[in-house]
Amino acid sequence: MARSSEPARSTTPGSTSGTLFSSADVARVVDRMAHQLIERAATIDPGSADGGLSDLVLVGIPTRGAPLARRLASRIEAFTGTSVDVGTADITLYRDDLRLRGVRALEPTVLPDAGIDGRLVVLIDDVLFSGRSVRAALDALRDLGRPRSVQLAVLVDRGHRELPIKADFVGKNVPTSRSQQVKVHLAETDGVDEVLVTEEVL
Amino acid sequence: MKRHLLEAADLDRDDATLVLDTAAQIDQALAGREVKKLPTLRGRTVVNLFYEDSTRTRISFELAAKRLSADVINFSAKGSSVSKGESLKDTALTLEAMGADAVVVRHGASGAPHRLANWVRGSVVNAGDGTHEHPTQALLDAYTIRQRLGRLEGVRVTIVGDVLHSRVARSNVGLLHTLGAEVTLVAPPTLLPVGVGSWPAEVGYDLDAVLPKSDVVMMLRVQAERMNASYFPSAREYSRRYGLDARRMTALPDDAIVMHPGPMNRGMEIAAEVADSVRSTIVEQVANGVSTRMAVLYLLLGGSQQ
Repeated sequence: MARSSEPARSTTPGSTSGTLFSSADVARVVDRMAHQLIERAATIDPGSADGGLSDLVLVGIPTRGAPLARRLASRIEAFTGTSVDVGTADITLYRDDLRLRGVRALEPTVLPDAGIDGRLVVLIDDVLFSGRSVRAALDALRDLGRPRSVQLAVLVDRGHRELPIKADFVGKNVPTSRSQQVKVHLAETDGVDEVLVTEEVL
Repeated sequence: MKRHLLEAADLDRDDATLVLDTAAQIDQALAGREVKKLPTLRGRTVVNLFYEDSTRTRISFELAAKRLSADVINFSAKGSSVSKGESLKDTALTLEAMGADAVVVRHGASGAPHRLANWVRGSVVNAGDGTHEHPTQALLDAYTIRQRLGRLEGVRVTIVGDVLHSRVARSNVGLLHTLGAEVTLVAPPTLLPVGVGSWPAEVGYDLDAVLPKSDVVMMLRVQAERMNASYFPSAREYSRRYGLDARRMTALPDDAIVMHPGPMNRGMEIAAEVADSVRSTIVEQVANGVSTRMAVLYLLLGGSQQ
């Protein structure tokens, strides 16, 4: 599988909190994931003129999966010269924990004009934790169309899965404790690119 | 948001904007989909309690609840225990015992939903009570205006017709004011309520003078039963002075829209060529009613119940 473990420069082993990725790290990891997506697309339809990229759809899970999907698409275009379809799928209405919290505001759901039927959909999210968001996203996709296959790409996999879900593309695996929080900040939503690990403040 | 939606005043500006934004997101998420259903309210029960006849409102609420996967029970006064003399309270307690999470109520008596809200644990949504309020109609109207004109702040809305008996007008004045629109009421003096001066709206009697300064004209239905009650001399005179016909429509600014909550009396308050013109949003209003009511049900039932 397309996994790699890249040493993060700014965290010292054993530390409980700090910066996991700097802005340069985020850019580098996004570039690597873009290359991995290009390779994956090429395996769908070997020998096709555009390397299978026309069959690829990157679907971001709001909030931060959405800008992440757009960035991956623009990097893929920079590397190959081919544009890739991007969408966002809000999963709020599909969550299984709605009753556990106050009501949440919805985010946009936008699919490319060509739809997702018969294509390779890669779900994009910032952090993979319990896996429940991904389950909700899979349910949402089922209502939106019938992709040929669905894969999952995340910037950070922090473990602690509660469902049998595994990512196909991982920016970085980060062993964490449940009491910690992994926060991904992106320029589009937070004004800065960084990934932080913090002890939960209660 | 409060637990119930009984009148436009239950929504402050943030709440109202949240409903409209949520409706827009739902619209966008469902656009062009084959499966127009969301699992959000699975296992929740919504009761449509209708003591008055209604086609579009009841169907709209039913469709909204079903699209969110709620179980829907339709209750109309005809053919139920109400015709045997059961009181509103006893009906409410019966529904409560059956575990209704939300009760959508239409009643001929103003204030009935407020009473109901004290008797049931679930959320109560007012779907029209007497001559009082019809808040989801105001929400769908505001949504339609925002969709067509792109904004609500500073939009000049003229509401024309039987303001006295209109719950649609009452809710719209309140909600549109909350959202920053400027409302003008135009009606025969006999069809304006006592105390209209204290409403957050201008009042006028001359439709032709107001039309060129209107971004939105909302025509109210002239209810047939009022025509014989001496509120105005004749249907023809009403139509001449307060009806919107093709000639009057030309006085409107270029991008102005014409709204009607339905059901229409074509040829009375609105001419057929106006109702069918590109300015008319009447069919959009019906479509927007479903997404707006989905938003209301989601926001009332979608989270934890404290």
